[in-house]
This record gives sequence, C-alpha cells and structure tokens, in this order.
Amino acid sequence: MTHEAGMNEISDEIVAQGTRESWFDRFQVLGLIALTLVAIVGKFYLPRLIPSAQWLELPLLLTVYFGLMRGSQLAALLFGAFVGLAEDSLSPANLPIGMYGITKTLVGYFAASVGVSFDVERGFIRFVLALFFYVFHAFFYWIMRRALLAQMVPFDVQDTLVHGGLNALVAIPLFALLDRMKLSGS
Amino acid sequence: MRLRVGNNAVETLLQRYRNLSVLVVVVLAQLIYLGYQVRTNRDERLIRVWAVTAVAPMAGIVEGIRRNTIGFLEDYFILLDVREQNRKLKRDNDQLRMENVYYRNQLTTAEHARALTLFQAQSPSKTVAARVIGNSTVATAKAVFIDRGSTSAIEKGMAVVTPEGIVGKVIAVYPLVSQVLLVTDPVFKVGVESQEGHVHGVLSCGAGKCAVEEIQNEEKVDLREWFYTSGEDRVFPRGFPVGTAVSVQPGQGMKDVRLNLSGAPGGVGEVLVVLHGVHQEIPAAPVATEEAATMMTPPPAEKADQQTPAAKPQTQADKILEQYQKVGEAEGHVYGGLGSNMPNFNVKPGSVTKQAGATGPSGATGTSGATTVAAKAPAGATGTTTATSTTTSSTGTVLGARTGAKLPSDASATKPSAEATASRPVLPLGAPRRKKDTATQTPPRTDTTTANPNEPQL
Repeated sequence: MTHEAGMNEISDEIVAQGTRESWFDRFQVLGLIALTLVAIVGKFYLPRLIPSAQWLELPLLLTVYFGLMRGSQLAALLFGAFVGLAEDSLSPANLPIGMYGITKTLVGYFAASVGVSFDVERGFIRFVLALFFYVFHAFFYWIMRRALLAQMVPFDVQDTLVHGGLNALVAIPLFALLDRMKLSGS
Repeated sequence: MRLRVGNNAVETLLQRYRNLSVLVVVVLAQLIYLGYQVRTNRDERLIRVWAVTAVAPMAGIVEGIRRNTIGFLEDYFILLDVREQNRKLKRDNDQLRMENVYYRNQLTTAEHARALTLFQAQSPSKTVAARVIGNSTVATAKAVFIDRGSTSAIEKGMAVVTPEGIVGKVIAVYPLVSQVLLVTDPVFKVGVESQEGHVHGVLSCGAGKCAVEEIQNEEKVDLREWFYTSGEDRVFPRGFPVGTAVSVQPGQGMKDVRLNLSGAPGGVGEVLVVLHGVHQEIPAAPVATEEAATMMTPPPAEKADQQTPAAKPQTQADKILEQYQKVGEAEGHVYGGLGSNMPNFNVKPGSVTKQAGATGPSGATGTSGATTVAAKAPAGATGTTTATSTTTSSTGTVLGARTGAKLPSDASATKPSAEATASRPVLPLGAPRRKKDTATQTPPRTDTTTANPNEPQL
C-alpha cells in the first residue's frame, strides 16, 4: 500500500513536471515570437526615433543567438527564414521578398552549425561570432543584390566592420539577457 | 531489389543530411519565389499589406507613447533649461544690481572724499579724515563711532566737522575707533557767531530743533543769516559754518533764533577730525563747497501766432463768435472791459471795417515788452556761480481800459498788431474774469517766453 502510494506520487510529479516544461516551451516560443516582432518593429521604427541607430540589427542578433544556443540547424534555419521574411515584408517595395529570408536562413543554419563546435557561453566567442555573422549577412545580402537584382550598390567594408563591431558589442549584453529569459529552449 | 536499395540510400542520405536538405529546400523555395517576383516584376502586395497592417498599429502606439512621453520629457528638459537660464539671468541681474549699488556708493564716497580733500587743503586746521562706522546703542544719545582712534592721534574733545558744517566732538577714544557726540545731542553746546552782526550765542539742539540761545532781543539777527563757530567753546575753531537762521523772533529777554544746521550730522558718512584747530575770521559769506550746476539756456521763444494757430470756425456758435469778434475789433470794443462802449451788432462787419479803416485804429492797444531782471545772488552764496535771470513781461493790451486811455510809458513803446490781438481768445459776456495782476501790470499772454497760450486773456 505504501509502495503504491509512493509510486503514484512520483508519477504525479513526473506528469506535473512534463506539463510545466510543456507550458514553458510554449511560453518560450511565444516569447521568442513576441521578441522577434519587437525586434522587427524596432528596426522598423527605431531609425525614425533615433536616426543614428540604423546600424542596429536586432533581428539578426536574435537569429544568431537562436542558432548558437538552440544548436538545432533545422530550427535555426526555419527561425532565420521566418525572421528574414518578416523583415522582407517591411522592406522597400523595390526589394523583392526573400532577400533577407535567404540570408537569414543561411545565418541561422551556420550559426547553429558553429554553435555546436564552440563554447558559445563565452562573451568573446559571442562577440566574434556576432561580428562574423553580421559581416557575412551584409556581404551575402550585397552579393544577392548584385547577382539576383543587378543592383550595383556599394559595399563599404569599413562601415560594415564598424557596424559589425557595434552590433557585436550590443550582442554581449543582449545574449546575456536572453540567457536569463531562456528563450532559446536549449 | 535495386529499387529498394536506392530508396534506402536516399532515405539514409536525407536522414543524414536532413538539415542541409531542409536548408537547400528552404533557400531554393525562396529563390524561386524571388525569381518569380523579379521575372514578373510584380510586388507581393498582399504580404506587405499584411505585414504593414500588423506592424503599423504597433508603430502608432509607439509613436503615441513617444509623443506623450518623449515629447513631454523633451519639453520638460527644455523648460528645465529655460528655468536654469532664468535662474542664471536673475543671478546675473542681482549681481549687476549689487555692483551698481556698490559703484554708486563708491562714486558718492569718492565725491565726498574729494570734497573733504578740498576742504582739508583749504582749511588751515590740521585734520584727519575718518569714516562713520556705527551708531550708539542708546537711542536718546546722538553719538556715532568713527574708524579713527588713538593710533591716528585722535584725542578726546577734538572737533569733528565736514566741509558743510560742524558734526560734533570726540568724547571717547579707543585705539582704532572713537566715539563722537553729535551736535544734535541735547547736552551738546556750541558757541556760535552770526555772520553780519557778529552776534554771539550758544547753539543747543533738543527735541529735533536747534536754536541759538543767549541772544538779546536788542541784537540784530536777520532771517537766513549764517552762523559760524565762535571758538569760545574751546572745541571748534572759529569760523566753521554751523547753519542759517530759519526763524528769528523776539522772546522773553532773549531772542528765539531757530537754526538750520548745514552739516546734517546725523547722516554723514565721512568726517574730518580737527587735530589742530586754527581760528579763522568769519567770512563775509560761507565758503562754497558745491560747484554750481550748469544750466542750459532756455529754448528760443516761439512766436505767438505759432502758439495759437488760428482755428477755423466749426459750428454756428463759432461763426457768431467770430462775427462778434470782428464787430468788437471794428468798433474798438473790448468785451468785458469796463467803460467800453456798447457795440452795434446790427452793423455788418465789412462796413464797420471800412468805417473803422476810415477813422483810423482806435482800438485798445497796449505794448508788449520785456525786461530782464538779474536777481542778485544771495549773500550766503558767495562763491556760488549760480545766477538767476528772470524775464518778466511788461504790460500788453490793457483789457477793460477806456478806448484811447493813456498807457504807461514803458508800455507804449510798441503796439500789438491786429493779428496778434485777433489771435487772443475773447471770452463771452458774463464769463468769469480773472483779476489783473496789479503788481506787474502784465497780462501773461504778452510775454511769449512765459505765457501759456491756452490761458484766457482778460
């Protein structure tokens, strides 16, 4: 009798824990989606509020963070595709939808691939990876515009590096904040 | 068998490169979609509309928040800045006002010090300048403290004066300060002497008034006569100005002479302590201590016709008044004048004028002249270069006089023109008249320098 009661308690605890984790997962997904929307709206609205904040790429940083911390290439590329397409939907009309989608899909995928190989908990690694993916994102986007859209836009390496460094600096506290929120679900 | 092996190989490959396969699929899908957009040159409006519709309300909310918070904060900081600017301006203004007061005081002090220096240079007595630094704590006692003491050779009993007059005497000496009993103290007595009659008396101040006592009724003291120190009190050297007599009345045995002190001992700031007094003669007039004010010459006199421009008759009453005026001029009648004949108002002005022109001007005429009287400067103002020059007008038209009445000799030199006479307002019958000034015999309108053009002439 006592043994059966103990088993029931354990089973109830396991069920409750599973329910809680499931609820947290759902909440994390919702939180991640909400945060992504905020980042996109922020990119949509922040330059109007603060003109000098055009270099800030919060959606890219979110994609990188998700890819690094999640460790799942599939989830990361899908997340990148979602973020990129959302950005594309708010991009100028002379840019077809899919430019940011493709770029961020690749970023998510490669971020998840790199995250498996490096200790992404370290700030320096995060800084370097954020800088690298920012430059990769900018360069690939420039390539796509030239190759697919035949738009001869300049590519300023210096500005790209500076902005990449700034975004990498922002990424360190941002990633720490997201770590506390456990939005990666890892 | 071969087909099964192939399917297994694909499944294995897909499972092994599942993620890469998904990546390729996703990227290819997007590339195809992108290529489709570029090829068809067609904007996917639907997706953008959805996206913008979903984001715009959020942006609107953010904008509203920004407008109501950031704008408020901006206004707040702007107002904060304005408040700080106001505070700074007020602080600067206060500082400038303080500096202004300071410089004014410095200027006043410098002027007074200059006067003291001049007086020191002119006075044969040896003096030392001092500054009043405080009053006595006893309200009834008129005493002040000066910033000179025994270290400056100040001794008890020394006289304290200013160029304008006497102040008091030293009653207590300390190393750095001294106490001076003012002449306005009730117990203070000063021997004085009048300027002209050399009448000796004792100055005593009490109840806020100073009087010269011990003057016999038989002694002659004029009003506004200057009094000087006589030197008999052994405090003040002889010859320092004390004040002028403002009231001289005979009393019971002694004259009651009220004196107006010239030194204003209660309000002085800088004084001179007489270290070694030298008696002087009573001057014929007080030594001038203030320079005469330079006054500009009066502006040039305006012409009478400029002062009273002829006004056109506006109403029927004005026309009648003008008509009566012409009739009066033609018949030599002065309205309101005593002894003047009753004019004939039935006669037309034109015919009357002709008639009058035939008989010659017989209207009341007067003279207009001016005599300049240079008033003699008062005796007590020797050294003062101020000289007053008053211009008084002589008689003009003697209103109310009989026609052809003889005028005073000085007034008959010139005759006023008919134009000037016509310009004078003529009061209607029954209007109140002002009495003629018998002292000067001059109506105010005749003198163009002092006459008021708006004043009715009688």
